[in-house]
Amino acid sequence: MRKLTIGQVIINCIVGLFALSCLLPFVLVVITSFASERSITMKGYSFFPSEWSLEAYRVMFGPASSVPRSYAVTITATVIGTFLAVLITYGAGYTLANKQCKYRNGLALYFFITMVFSAGMVPWYMISKAIHAYDNIWALIIPSLMFSPFNMFLVRNYAKGIPDSLNESARMDGAGDVRIAFQIYFPLCMPALATITLFYAIGYWNNYFNAVMLINNQKLFPLQMLLFKIQSEIRMMSQLLQGVSVNPPKESFKMATSVVTMGPIILLYPFLQRYFIKGIVMGAVKG
Amino acid sequence: MSSTPTVSSITSIKSSKPKKKVRFYKEIWDHKFLYFLALPAILYTFIYGYLTMPYMIIAFQNYNYKKGLRSDFIGLKNFRFFFNSTWAWTVTRNTVVLNFLFIIIGSICAILMALLLNEVKQKRFLKVSQSTMLFPFFISWVIVSYMLEGMLNTETGMLNRMIEALGGQRISFYTQPKYWYPILIILRIWKNTGYSSIIYLAAITGIDEEIYEAAYIDGATRWQRIRYVTLPLLLPTVCILTLMDIGRIFYGDFGMFYAIIRDNGSLMPVAEVIDTYVYRTFKLTGDPGVSMAIGLYQSIVGFILVFGSNWITRKLYPEGALF
Repeated sequence: MRKLTIGQVIINCIVGLFALSCLLPFVLVVITSFASERSITMKGYSFFPSEWSLEAYRVMFGPASSVPRSYAVTITATVIGTFLAVLITYGAGYTLANKQCKYRNGLALYFFITMVFSAGMVPWYMISKAIHAYDNIWALIIPSLMFSPFNMFLVRNYAKGIPDSLNESARMDGAGDVRIAFQIYFPLCMPALATITLFYAIGYWNNYFNAVMLINNQKLFPLQMLLFKIQSEIRMMSQLLQGVSVNPPKESFKMATSVVTMGPIILLYPFLQRYFIKGIVMGAVKG
Repeated sequence: MSSTPTVSSITSIKSSKPKKKVRFYKEIWDHKFLYFLALPAILYTFIYGYLTMPYMIIAFQNYNYKKGLRSDFIGLKNFRFFFNSTWAWTVTRNTVVLNFLFIIIGSICAILMALLLNEVKQKRFLKVSQSTMLFPFFISWVIVSYMLEGMLNTETGMLNRMIEALGGQRISFYTQPKYWYPILIILRIWKNTGYSSIIYLAAITGIDEEIYEAAYIDGATRWQRIRYVTLPLLLPTVCILTLMDIGRIFYGDFGMFYAIIRDNGSLMPVAEVIDTYVYRTFKLTGDPGVSMAIGLYQSIVGFILVFGSNWITRKLYPEGALF
């Protein structure tokens, strides 16, 4: 057993305390989602509610609830969107890393310019409307989220590290363009691709801006938008809870909705963070 | 003698013009598969990046949905409307000051945390605390706003209950602007420190171990090693990361501010940023002209800031420059 110096103990304490402060709010949300409405009005938000209840979850998964539908919307947008985004990003990243592509530097500049200059919200809205990404599922998939030059440069930088001789020898062995791009380079780029998959998936899952701007139909609200509306409009809340019971579980319902919204992220977290830490480090390398 | 190369270079340019075009098509045709792979991204960037630029003339028009981009020009009226209102100063100040504080306090916290994490010797503890710190980064601002309300709500908020239990008066946070600069900064740091400290920690662990050994042999204390080895070698990373943020100092984080503040009018004087204001003008008035004018003001100043900060860094410290 190595001896701990006093300095080390203090350092560990500070680090531990900050880590704890990052964790506790989540614990509070989970606990409150299981607290009864009466307990919340009496004791407020607390780690030790006086009375437990599953009412909020019962309501949420009940027949009148729109949470399951929003869940389906979010999952659809996330899965389709992430798939397309990774494909598009890999295509561009692979091309820009390939020395045979003579215009690769010109293309890199073409993408880079849009990273430092954007005309803002109004044209974005009008273009989305013009391409009919408005009030349908594509509004949650296409605008803003489907391609990020930042992720593309991450893939390019990674693919650049793969020696050219591989490309040449594969060609010598008779591999075609498609095979080289998707069966040889694609698996080799896996670490970078895993990272951008995460970036995109988290982006889609947490996005509510597209819904705020482009979705009017309540049936197409993704989870985050539903949460946002419950919080900001009392009308929405009572509409969701109407006819449920005499004393609807308002506060715990909000928390329970947050819990199911965070659910997949919490479940996948151990896996996510491993790739994420690698990916962040990779992205930080100047390109 | 001196004129000969000029003449020949002119003729060579002239004669190479048609050739260049042919070469361009030949290059595309020879590597058609490569360009085909990049095509979706090129098109997407064209639509959402370059095609947005013509829309900027809306800022100078009295926009009419029937006429579209051929609406009547009204000069700088839209800009005057914005800059004559008190909001112009308020939203600019909030955006710049808050972003500035986010950058300064955020980087200091992240660097400190990275230095601390670097001193942690228990591998297990390091891993667990690092992944716990990263957790808030994955959560949407909407959920963060729920947590915040769980803390600050006047009736049920945990913090208010604690204040009451200690014999104090409940504070109505959501109606008093004076608390919100600190609250927003704390939220930002809480959410992002885990993420940025990972980048800094990676840079620290990338420092050559021999330098530390040499410093140790020369009798440097731990503090001196941090001060004279770690921090100077960390500087390029700090520059690159801060530079990116300074370039974006004119852009408020819409996702954050709109989720936390929503349409709470009493907090707008301190928490309305340019992006949320553009959105509100657009949604409430339905007139894209003024919103576009504000957006254009934001884009142009933002653009100047990116290049300005990069230029300064390149002068002072070439390794830190972005391009």
